[in-house]
Amino acid sequence: MNLWKDFNQGIIKENPVLRLMIGLCPTLAVSNNATNALGMSVAVAFVLICSNWVVALIRKITPDEIRIPIFIIVISTFVTISDYIMHAYYPDLYAALGVFVPLIVVNCIILGRAEAFAYRNPVLNSILDGVGMSLGFALALVSIGVIREALGAGSVFGITLFNPAVAATIMILPPGAFITIGFIMAFLNKAEKKVQ
Amino acid sequence: MELFGIFFAAFLINNILLIRFIALCSFFGVSTKIDTSIGMSLAVIFVMTISSAVSWMIYNFLLTPFHLEFLRTATFILTIAALVQLEELYMKKMVPGLYRAMGIYLPLITTNCAILAVAFLAIDYRYSFVQAMVYSLGVSFGYSLAIVLFAYIRERMALAPIPKWFQGYPIAFITAALMSLAFLGFTGMFGL
Repeated sequence: MNLWKDFNQGIIKENPVLRLMIGLCPTLAVSNNATNALGMSVAVAFVLICSNWVVALIRKITPDEIRIPIFIIVISTFVTISDYIMHAYYPDLYAALGVFVPLIVVNCIILGRAEAFAYRNPVLNSILDGVGMSLGFALALVSIGVIREALGAGSVFGITLFNPAVAATIMILPPGAFITIGFIMAFLNKAEKKVQ
Repeated sequence: MELFGIFFAAFLINNILLIRFIALCSFFGVSTKIDTSIGMSLAVIFVMTISSAVSWMIYNFLLTPFHLEFLRTATFILTIAALVQLEELYMKKMVPGLYRAMGIYLPLITTNCAILAVAFLAIDYRYSFVQAMVYSLGVSFGYSLAIVLFAYIRERMALAPIPKWFQGYPIAFITAALMSLAFLGFTGMFGL
């Protein structure tokens, strides 16, 4: 039951992007189409789950005073691995995501989960927490990506829905990211009030 | 002219907050008051200039000759964290006035992705040392301009009649969208 709760809370209740307002930079920057959003989600999921796993594994032997530098080294190791894998096997995606791949290292979600969860909990719970948080991040990122691509380019995952000439190009330009997330948050506020 | 182009592109056309979407946590976090946004801007200008100089040197004189480019991510973030600590100690002792003005923003800088992003981008663009310096100045001034303007608007908005569901973060995002739209208008200026 406890394990299910650890897995579950990151998806909606403590959704990192829409609830906790962390990890915003990649969310807005790479969500101009659904494919990039999915690629970014997978990279973040890999780093988050692996770093939660390693941090939980070494938490008994980590001295309290220098835990943050240790977390950063663990995280940057996995970021470098995903950086090189993506560069080697998915060069197009790597070019589209650009500097945001190495910037995963300062993504507050990852360091935040290491400090707030993995450092205090057993390995299995930490891995599940990582999976749940990654799913929450992916949910937010891919839904923003789908909305922006559909409205701005008339397609979803590259499959054309309608004539791109009538699409609102603004949605795939930078302002569209702010508009989309603003409206999603307003709708969530409204839904929350209704539930209460 | 080339240096001016680098500066201007970093300052307005590719504004780090509104067009590139880097360091947004601080953009929404510290922009509720003008004072805090000015303090943060000062700290960013100061730290970004020094840290991009140091990380440029580390990459080109230390990592490249020994073929250790894959250590880039780990080295840069640790360098920046250590540098921020050193700067804090130094300023507390030598320039207490400025230290009080920046106050709590200096330690927050470590997690400000703009600092790390500029270090990466200066290397991705293969800038020389002078170009990298001009670039980081442009980025940090662009950061300051955007965040101070945004703080002015948000202070005004506190009194405005905003629809109930949009109060708080949603309206801040819509405001940022309009500002971003305005900055998009600089695209193509001076052929950049």
